[in-house]
Amino acid sequence: MTRYILRRLIAMPFLVLGIVTLAFLLTTVTKGDPLTAIVSDRQLNNPEVVAAAKAKWGLDRSLPERYVIYVGNLLTGDMGTSFITRRPVAQDVLYRLPATMELVIAAMAVGATIGISLGVLAAYFRNTAIDHAARFFALFGSSIPVFWLGLALLYVFSVQWGILPGPGRLDARATPPPMVTGFMTVDTLMAGNVRLFLDAVWHLILPAFVLGWAVAGTISRLVRANMLEVLSREFILTARAKGAGEFRVVIRHALRNTLVPTLTVIGYSFAYLLTGAVLTETIFSWPGMGSYAVDAARGLDFPAIIGVTIVGGVIFLITNLLTDIAYVVANPRVRLG
Amino acid sequence: MTALSAPRMIRPRWLTLPLMVGVLLVLFWLLATVVAPLMTAHDPLDMVGRRLQPPSWDHLLGTDALGRDVLSRTLHGARHSIPIAVAVVILAVAIGASLGALAGFLGGLADTVIMRLVDVTLSFPPMLLAMAVAASLGPGLWNAAIAMVIVWWPVYARLMRAQVLEVREREHVEAAIASGATRTRVLTRHILPLCWTPVLISATMDLGQVILLAASLSFIGLGATPPTPEWGSMISDGAAQFYSWWVALGPGLAILTIVLGFNFIGDGLHDYFDPRSR
Repeated sequence: MTRYILRRLIAMPFLVLGIVTLAFLLTTVTKGDPLTAIVSDRQLNNPEVVAAAKAKWGLDRSLPERYVIYVGNLLTGDMGTSFITRRPVAQDVLYRLPATMELVIAAMAVGATIGISLGVLAAYFRNTAIDHAARFFALFGSSIPVFWLGLALLYVFSVQWGILPGPGRLDARATPPPMVTGFMTVDTLMAGNVRLFLDAVWHLILPAFVLGWAVAGTISRLVRANMLEVLSREFILTARAKGAGEFRVVIRHALRNTLVPTLTVIGYSFAYLLTGAVLTETIFSWPGMGSYAVDAARGLDFPAIIGVTIVGGVIFLITNLLTDIAYVVANPRVRLG
Repeated sequence: MTALSAPRMIRPRWLTLPLMVGVLLVLFWLLATVVAPLMTAHDPLDMVGRRLQPPSWDHLLGTDALGRDVLSRTLHGARHSIPIAVAVVILAVAIGASLGALAGFLGGLADTVIMRLVDVTLSFPPMLLAMAVAASLGPGLWNAAIAMVIVWWPVYARLMRAQVLEVREREHVEAAIASGATRTRVLTRHILPLCWTPVLISATMDLGQVILLAASLSFIGLGATPPTPEWGSMISDGAAQFYSWWVALGPGLAILTIVLGFNFIGDGLHDYFDPRSR
């Protein structure tokens, strides 16, 4: 097991280098001209301005040169300067990462709660109306475009019924607390402002549900399949024979035995959550990495695009690695290939 | 058997209700792809009414900010989304399956190079990678399609490689090699024919997800360009006209129903091939 973990850890730097290289290469085969993002339309015809801008942003160097410079800078934590915000990309990303993390973690909690509950119910009431309803709910969640669901729920709950807040992380009139962790729920509590904390939680509900629903579907499907298998085992019969209540049998005996695969699928759902966060953040004006990536992509802000893609790839790589290791540690019978 | 239960026997076990609904939904949208102009009263690009009219008998799903008929645009949207999704999946299968088969069959250096490329590509969250590529290539539905192929091919490469590795060890392959068949012949005649089924099933099931991804790219402005009636960009129009809810309703339902259709079919196929999960 130690050897497996070691081997995975050794492979990490190479994969990261691969991510960096691919991200860099992809954004250099562009047909779009990044100059249009830096220089105003009128000045594009002015050769002096264009040359100065090219020199300043390093656009006049050859591709290998730019790659070496980029990787060298990256090692010192420098991802270049965003064409749009004119701030260092690394700083922008760090500033926006906590908002995305808060959303993703909340969505994961929503998805896991709904998914596990539905999976257990569906397995216990196999082939009944409850089972079919749970499966339909799950399939629906992975079929609905998150950006459309976000719009629809905002319209119904915020505009029509007024029971949930509109976009953003806090009420627009509220003064945000000083940024410490970047997690609005934590920062408001650290500022000792419970009312603001509740407002932050209030604002998290809709985006977390929108993002969590699809994951709930994947989780519930897996929990259902595993529960079906476990519920048919003999120790369940034994537990029942010994007079354990149904609730106890299902939760304490059966569900516990499906924890390993469940945790694994929750870990892997991270990729989906990062993907979905891009769109959810756009709808809910959430100032995270996703909306930053969208602005960068729309504005041909290549340093920002490369930066966000690399950070996203590395986060994804780390969560997958942790999930794999957790799976192996929790399940020593797994053969390591 | 009582007479009452007799009608139940007519339906084969694998033909479940979700599978039938899925097939119907997909068939409807395939039909729309072919004959959308015959199904609609208006041209999707014509300004046929006053702007932002709520649904009425003249315009069942209302009109958008330019006074175009939302229902016509929604039905015509199938002519963009579905061919793109099919093209993306076919290309991704062609590239992924070829490289995967080569990796599995040749082994050694070819295997290492191809599979490391697969690993790196799969290390990105799909949406972020697709966005980066689409942004680099510039807007346009076909550029978005290229971006999606780049994101999607590794999935089939992995699947195909696993298949080839498994089939390669079977006895009939050994027999073919022993009887002097060339390597090309062994691969194309004795191995590949046995590898296609899971790849094709998985490709069919992925169509819905590809439609979703394409719509997502268009939604953030990296796919279809105006005035193309593409579902993702129509929802983006709807977001800009937030209080006119009907602008985004049609395209949203369109994506939902076709993806749901493919997912129902996928679920049905899954149950059929893996009866334990029934």
